[in-house]
Amino acid sequence: MSQVAEAAVQTKEPLFSPKNRRLLTDPLDDNNPITIQVLGICSALAVTAQVKPSLVMALCVVFVCSVSNLLISLLRKGIPSRIRMIVQLVVIATMVTLVDQVLKAFVYDLSKELSVYIGLIITNCIIMGRLEAFAMGNKPWPAFLDGIGNGLGYGAILILVAVFREVFGAGTFLGYQVIPQFIYDLGYVNNGVMVTPAAAMFLIGIFIWIQRARKPQLVDIS
Amino acid sequence: MALDTNSNAYTFGYAIIMTLIVAAALALTAMSLKPLQDKSIALDKKTQILNAVSPISDKGLIDGEYAKRIEEVVVDKSGKVVTGGTSAFDLEIKKEYRKKKAGSDYNLPVYIYKMDDGKKKFIMPLHGAGLWDEIWGYVALNDDFKTIHGATFDHKGETPGLGAEIKTDWFQGQFKGKSIVNKSGSFEFKILKGKGNPGLDKEPHKVDGISGATITADGVDDMLKKGYLSYVDYFKGVR
Repeated sequence: MSQVAEAAVQTKEPLFSPKNRRLLTDPLDDNNPITIQVLGICSALAVTAQVKPSLVMALCVVFVCSVSNLLISLLRKGIPSRIRMIVQLVVIATMVTLVDQVLKAFVYDLSKELSVYIGLIITNCIIMGRLEAFAMGNKPWPAFLDGIGNGLGYGAILILVAVFREVFGAGTFLGYQVIPQFIYDLGYVNNGVMVTPAAAMFLIGIFIWIQRARKPQLVDIS
Repeated sequence: MALDTNSNAYTFGYAIIMTLIVAAALALTAMSLKPLQDKSIALDKKTQILNAVSPISDKGLIDGEYAKRIEEVVVDKSGKVVTGGTSAFDLEIKKEYRKKKAGSDYNLPVYIYKMDDGKKKFIMPLHGAGLWDEIWGYVALNDDFKTIHGATFDHKGETPGLGAEIKTDWFQGQFKGKSIVNKSGSFEFKILKGKGNPGLDKEPHKVDGISGATITADGVDDMLKKGYLSYVDYFKGVR
């Protein structure tokens, strides 16, 4: 987000200008909330044992992150700076509670499966981080895009980790058996470590390693 | 702007107004969605009760099937049927167990399922503790009060891929045809450690467990035992 420089001309910016597009794509790779900003690790360890909860968690975070970014950005000029964190937290908690209530009323089965994770979104540092770092100082539309981008960046890592953990830990993908029975008959066993949160830590570590090996400019020499 | 957003008055005013708006909005949603949520919860309970005997995939049929098949019975401490009072469906076993623990009188629900051939299955609701939070289930017994016809289990917060597996078909399917009473007439049932234990088809009181979820499985064992012992007097009376 640093060197976008003098292009600040007074003409109306198109909705998907290159600058706005970068708000969406940057968090997917070069500014990924998990591997670069190292935020939201706790939920990335907790929910990724299976693909399905990760998928729904990712969707919920995209929703909550973008809508609260939008709201905070709209309110940003009126928020008293001394209680801005509390205001941010209230907005997040309200959005999360609304999502939870609506899920409970209309898709009870899903809500039962996700009740624990939905609450976890409130404590997801990515959302608060984006509100504080971006929405407080930017216009609503870019803030909304930034929320979606960061939600997607978070979700991408979540799903990637979950795919590895579910396939190697349980031999299934989204609940369907993908490792055929004859391989088990040959003596293959599911990897027990993969179902524990520690495996997510290893996997995320490996992702960070690969990402930085591929792009040396991301390495932080301090 | 003339307004000083850093003044104390503004800060307090902002906080108060924000709290009021948020509280009103949340209260309104909670109130307006409550009937829908209660309906979903009741439907979910009926689905689980029916699933213990035979699963129904079409949600629209649940209410009708429940009314047609299920007879709700409330039994007291000594196994006698109680009429009047709270209906079986509205009894919360968690609270009743608490009364039992405290030594006072309690009532427990039983659901009797009428099969097409006129035979009855007795569905015991169960409640217990898993690793992280509560677990519950419904176990249908044949009219010999020993053999399990079917079982469903559910949980609030067990780990996906580990304890949460008690919800899966493979785990629940193993209970079918097993017996929870041994030859001398007392309770016997055990969920073993891990999957793939050999020779289980010759063991009437044992099923496979879940690798890495021994505590949840022990919880299921405990609630099965606790549930059976609470109903044993009632079963004797019916027989």
